[in-house]
Amino acid sequence: MSVTGVQGEERDEYSKTESAQIRARSRALLGSLLAPLHAKLWVTAAAIVVSSAAQVAGPALIAYGIDQGIPALINQNWFPVAFAGLAYLFTGLIGGVLIATYIRISARISQAVLIDLRTRVFLHTQRLSLEFHESYTSGRIISRQTSDLDAIRELLDEGLTLLVRGLMYMVFTAVMLLIIDAPSGLVLLASLIPLGILTRWFQLRSQAQFRRSRVASARLIVQFVETMTGIRAVKAFRKEKRNEEEFGRLVEDYRGVNARVLGLFAVFNPGLALIGNTAVAVTLLWGGFRVVDGSLEVGVLLAAVLYTKRFFDPMEDMAMFYNGYQSASSALEKISGVLEEQPSVPDPAKPVDLWKAEGTVRFDGVRFAYTPDRDVLPEFDLEIPAGQTIALVGSTGAGKTTLAKLISRFYDPSDGRVSLDGVDLRDLHPKDLRRAIVMVTQEAYLFSGTVADNIAIGKPDATLDEIKDAARAVGAHDFIESLPNGYDSDVNKRGGRVSAGQRQLISFARAFLADPAVLILDEATSSLDIPSERLVQQALQTLLADRTAVIIAHRLSTVSIADRVLVMEHGRIVEDGSPEQLIAGTGRFAQLHAAWRDSLV
Amino acid sequence: MRALWRLRAFVGPAMPAFVGSMLAALVAQLIALTIPQVLQQIVDGPLANRDAAAVVPLALLVFGLGAVEALLYGLRRWLVVGPGTRVEARMRNTLYAKLQDLPVNFHDKWPSGQLLSRAVSDLGLIRRWLSFGLVLTVVNVIVIIVGVGILMSMNWLLGLIFLVCSLPLWWAGYRFEGRYSEKSRLSQDQAGDLATAVEESVHGIRVLKAFGRGKHALSNFRSQAESLRSTEIAKARLDADIWVWIMVVPAIALSICLTVGIWLAAQGQLSVGELVAFFATATVLAWPIESIGFMLAFALDARTATDRFFDIIDSENTIVDPAEPRSLDRPRGELAFTDVHFRYQDSPERFGDLLDGIDLVLTPGETMALVGLTGCGKTTLTALTTRLYDVTGGSVTLDGVDVRAFKREELRTHIAMAFEDATLFSASVRENVLLGRPELAGDDPSVRAEADRVLEQALAIAQAAFAYDLPEGLDTRVGEEGMSLSGGQRQRLALARAVAAKPAVLVLDDPLSALDVTTEAKVEAALREILASTTALIVAHRPSTVMLADRVALMEDGRITAVGTHSELLRESEHYRFVITSLEEDARLAATVEDPGPDPAPETASQTEQTIAAEFEAEARAERATREEATR
Repeated sequence: MSVTGVQGEERDEYSKTESAQIRARSRALLGSLLAPLHAKLWVTAAAIVVSSAAQVAGPALIAYGIDQGIPALINQNWFPVAFAGLAYLFTGLIGGVLIATYIRISARISQAVLIDLRTRVFLHTQRLSLEFHESYTSGRIISRQTSDLDAIRELLDEGLTLLVRGLMYMVFTAVMLLIIDAPSGLVLLASLIPLGILTRWFQLRSQAQFRRSRVASARLIVQFVETMTGIRAVKAFRKEKRNEEEFGRLVEDYRGVNARVLGLFAVFNPGLALIGNTAVAVTLLWGGFRVVDGSLEVGVLLAAVLYTKRFFDPMEDMAMFYNGYQSASSALEKISGVLEEQPSVPDPAKPVDLWKAEGTVRFDGVRFAYTPDRDVLPEFDLEIPAGQTIALVGSTGAGKTTLAKLISRFYDPSDGRVSLDGVDLRDLHPKDLRRAIVMVTQEAYLFSGTVADNIAIGKPDATLDEIKDAARAVGAHDFIESLPNGYDSDVNKRGGRVSAGQRQLISFARAFLADPAVLILDEATSSLDIPSERLVQQALQTLLADRTAVIIAHRLSTVSIADRVLVMEHGRIVEDGSPEQLIAGTGRFAQLHAAWRDSLV
Repeated sequence: MRALWRLRAFVGPAMPAFVGSMLAALVAQLIALTIPQVLQQIVDGPLANRDAAAVVPLALLVFGLGAVEALLYGLRRWLVVGPGTRVEARMRNTLYAKLQDLPVNFHDKWPSGQLLSRAVSDLGLIRRWLSFGLVLTVVNVIVIIVGVGILMSMNWLLGLIFLVCSLPLWWAGYRFEGRYSEKSRLSQDQAGDLATAVEESVHGIRVLKAFGRGKHALSNFRSQAESLRSTEIAKARLDADIWVWIMVVPAIALSICLTVGIWLAAQGQLSVGELVAFFATATVLAWPIESIGFMLAFALDARTATDRFFDIIDSENTIVDPAEPRSLDRPRGELAFTDVHFRYQDSPERFGDLLDGIDLVLTPGETMALVGLTGCGKTTLTALTTRLYDVTGGSVTLDGVDVRAFKREELRTHIAMAFEDATLFSASVRENVLLGRPELAGDDPSVRAEADRVLEQALAIAQAAFAYDLPEGLDTRVGEEGMSLSGGQRQRLALARAVAAKPAVLVLDDPLSALDVTTEAKVEAALREILASTTALIVAHRPSTVMLADRVALMEDGRITAVGTHSELLRESEHYRFVITSLEEDARLAATVEDPGPDPAPETASQTEQTIAAEFEAEARAERATREEATR
C-alpha cells in the first residue's frame, strides 16, 4: 500500500519503508520551516548553553565558599568570601537574563514556524481540488488545521523549552559533578542505568496509553457534540436515556485510560525520587568516607549531594512532554501528507488573460471519470453559444452536476478540453476564470459576518448601494430589511435563524453582484418558497438575458426560462432542443413534462 | 471561593482519599526537610571527628528517609487516581444529563463549542486542581512555615534574610499568573476565532472557489493568525519575565546568605554542618516557595472553571415534566391548538408575537398541510407539539389533554417528527431509523424479526432502498463519523425514522424539499397509505406536498387565516394562491378557466401555445399579487 499524500493516514501500522518515507517527508517539512530561522536558532542555542552553565554553577560556588572562604576569613582574607557571594549573584543574574532571552527568542521561532505552517496548510487546502475535499471530508481537513496544529503548538510552546532546557541542565550538572568530584560523578552515571530502564518502561507504556487516551477523548467529544447539535432530534425521539448510558460508557472508558496514565506517573515519579534519593545516600556515604580520610572537602561533598539531588528535577516534566512530542510528530506526519497532495486542478503555469469574456463554452471530446474503470461522463462534444440559457434535466446521478463542475473548473476533464471563448480553462488566468464563470450551488453557505459582507463576496469592493441593488434584483431586499439590523445583521454561524430559503436568496444576490459572463445554477432555488421562486425567476429573465447560463433544476418550472434543454441520462446527453420542441416530441422530457402537469391536479 | 466549596457535593465519598493524599504529601515533604538535618549531623559529627564507622548508620538513615519519601510520594498520587478521575467522570455525566434535559431555547443560545470546553477541558482542570493543586497548596504552605522555622532555629539572621528575600517572589508569581491567565484566555479566544475561520474556509470552499475568493479568505485568516501570534509572543514575554524573578530573587537571597553564613561560620557562631544543612534546606524549600504564586492562580482558574460548570447546572429548566403527569394508553390523535401564542425570548420588543393566536384542530386520522411564507413561524408551530418549545400563551392539546400535562417522554412517543435539516447520529442506518423504537433494539430473534419488518417498511415508504446498497448495508455507519450522505438521502432516512416510530401523530417539516421530482412522487404515493390512519401535520412549500393533505391550513402574520381543502383555498384565498401557485400552475389555472373540462385532452401543439400565451397573463397576475403583498 502506498503512503503518498494522505493515503494510509488512518492506519496504525506501517512497514519499515513506509514509515521511513513518512518520517523523511515530515523531516523535510520541518527543515523547510526552520530554514529561514537559522540565525535565531543559533542565538537560542548559545543562550541555553550559557544559561544552563550559569544555573549549574551555584552549588560549586557554595562549596568554594565553605571550603576556601571560612579558613581565609579566619585569616581576615575577605576575597574568597566576596568572590563566592558575588559570583553566586552574578551567575543567578546571567542565568535569569539568558533564560528570559531564550524564552523570548524561542517563542518567536515557534510562532514563526506555526504561522508559516498554518498559512501553508491553509493555502494548500484552498488550492486542492473539490475532488480531494469530497473524498477527504471536511472534518479531517479541519482537524489537520486545528487539533493537529494545536499539538505542534503545544510542543513548541512549552514542551520543547522544557525538553531542551531540562536536557541541557542534566548534561551540565553531570559534567560539573564529574569535574568537582569524579567519584560522585560515577555514582550519578551508575544511577543512569536504573533511570534508563525506568524511563524506557514509562515511555513504552505511556505511548500506548496516551494513544488510547486520544482515541477515547475523541469518541467522547464526537458523542457530546453530536448530541448538542442534534438536540432537537434527541428530544423528539427520546434518545436522552440511551444517550446517557452511551455517554456514561464513553466517560468511563476515558476515565479508565486517564487513570491508567496517571497510574503510570504514580509509579514513574516516585521511582525517579527513589533513584535520586538512593544516589544521594550513596554519594553521601562514599563522600563521607573520603572526607574522613581527608581526600575530600566538606563543601565539595555538599555540592556533590546538591548536584545529585537536582540532577533528577527536570525528569518529571520531560516525561510529560515526551508524549507531547509523540503527538506533535504524528500530527506533523499527517500534515506533511496533506501538503504532499497535488491539486488535481492546478493553476496554469503560463496563464492566458481574458479581460472581457463573451461566454461561449465548448466541450471538445470531453470525457470524465473519477476512476479509470468507470466513466461518469463518456466522451461528448457540446457548444453553448454566448448568451444562451441552458437547462440541464435528468434524474439524480445522471451527471448534471459533474458537467456543471467541469464548466466552473471544479474538476478538469480526464480527456479533451473545456474552453471559454476558445481558451482552454486550464490555461485561463484563475482571476479571469472566476470573474467570468460563477457557480451557485444548492447548499448556500453563509460565512460569519453581516448579510452585506456575505453578498459582497460576489464583489469585494462593492458599495452598499450596489449590494442593495443586487438584493433587490433577486427579491431578497425585503426580508433583509426586516431583520433586526437590516444589512448589518449578523448571520451567525451556519446561517443562524436565517431560513434555508433566505440563505439561497442571499447567495443569489451574491452571484448577481459578481456579474459573470457565465452563470451556473445548481438547484439554487430548491428551498425557496413559491413567491420567492417566482421573484427569482423574474429576476433571472433579466439577469440571464445577456449572459450564458446553465441551470440544473429538479422542478420543471425553472426550465421554462431556458432557450435550450439538455436531458441527461447515465452521463450522456440524450435529448437536446428547445423546450417547445422537446415537449412536442415523445422523449424523456415530454414524459417528464406530462408527469409534472399531472402532479398539479 | 464559594464556587469551589460547592464542589464538595461531587467530591463526597472521595474525601478521605484526598485527605489521605494530602497527609502523604505532607509527611513526604517533612521527611525531605529532615534529610538536611541528618546531613548536618554527619558533617558536625563523624566528619568533624574523623569517625568513618559512624558515617554508615547516618548514610543508611538518609537512604531510609529517602525511600520512605519516595513511597509516600507514590502514595500521594495513588490515593487520588481513582477518586479524582471518578469525581471528574461524575461531574461530566451530570453535566451531560443536565444539558440533554435543558430545553431547545437554551441550546439556541449556547454554541456547542462553548458547552464542549466546559465538558472536557474545564472538568479536567477541576480534577487536576482537586488532585494536585489543592493538595500541594495546603502542603506547600505548611512546608514553608516549618522550613522557615527550621532555618530560623538554626540561625535567626540567615532565616530572616531568606524569608524576606523570598517574599517578592510570591508577589511576582501571583501577579504573573493574573496577567498570564488573562493572556491565555485571550489566546484561547483567538485560537477559537482562528478555528472558526478554518472551518468556514473548508465548509464554504465551494463558494470560495466559485467566486475565486481564496485570497480574501486568506487575508482574513492571516490577520487572525497574526493577532494570535502577537498574543502568544506577549505570553512568552511574561513567561520570560517571571523566569528572571525565579532565577534572580533566590540568587540574591542565597548570595547574601552565603556571604553572611561564611562570616558567621568564621566567627564560630555557626558550625560548618549547620551551614551545609542551611543550603540543603533552602534547596528543598525552593520549589514550594516558587509554587505559591502559581498555586494561587491555579485555584483561581479552577474557580473560573467551576463557575462555568455551575452556570449550566444552575440553569433553570423551563420545560419540565409535570408533578402529576397524565397518561394516554392509545391516543386517538386529535391535535388541537387553542389561541396559541409564542415569541422567542431574544426577540426585540418592537416585534409582535411570532405566533399570535393560532387556532387549529386536527381530527384523528386527518392529514393537515401547513402553508405559509418562509419565516412565518410554521416550523416553530410544529416544535410546540412535542414541547421542544413551550407556548407563551394558549395551549396545545392531544386528545384534549394539554401537552404540558404529559411526561415529555410519553408525549414524544405519541408524536414523532421529521425535520427539514435531517440530523443523523453516528450510528448504523438501522439504529438511526429505529431511533424512536428503543424496544426493538437487541438480538432476541423475535424482536429482531419485528425490527427488520418495521425497518423494511419504513425504508420502503421513504424510498430509502439505497440504504441496502451502502457498503455494509443497513449496518453502515452514517452521521458525523460515518459515510457522508447527500441531503436527499439524509432526508429520506429521517422520514423513515419518523414513520418507523409508529406515532399517533406525525409532524413533518418540509420533509421532501431535497428530493427530486420522481423520488418525491414515489414517497408521496407511499406516504398516502400510512397517512390514512395517522394524524399528520405537514409543513409544505410545494403544491405536490399539499396534495397529500385532507385539508390545508394557511398561516399568515402568526395566525391561521384559512382552513380548507386545496381547491377551496385556491378558489377563496388570494394569499393562498400567492403562496402556493407557481408561475406555470397559474398558467394552467388560467387555461382551465378558459377550458373548464375536468380531464384536459392530451397535449397538443396548439394547447402548448395556448399555455404559453396564458403564461404571460399569469405572470402579470403574479406580479400584481406581489405588488399587493408589498403594499399591504
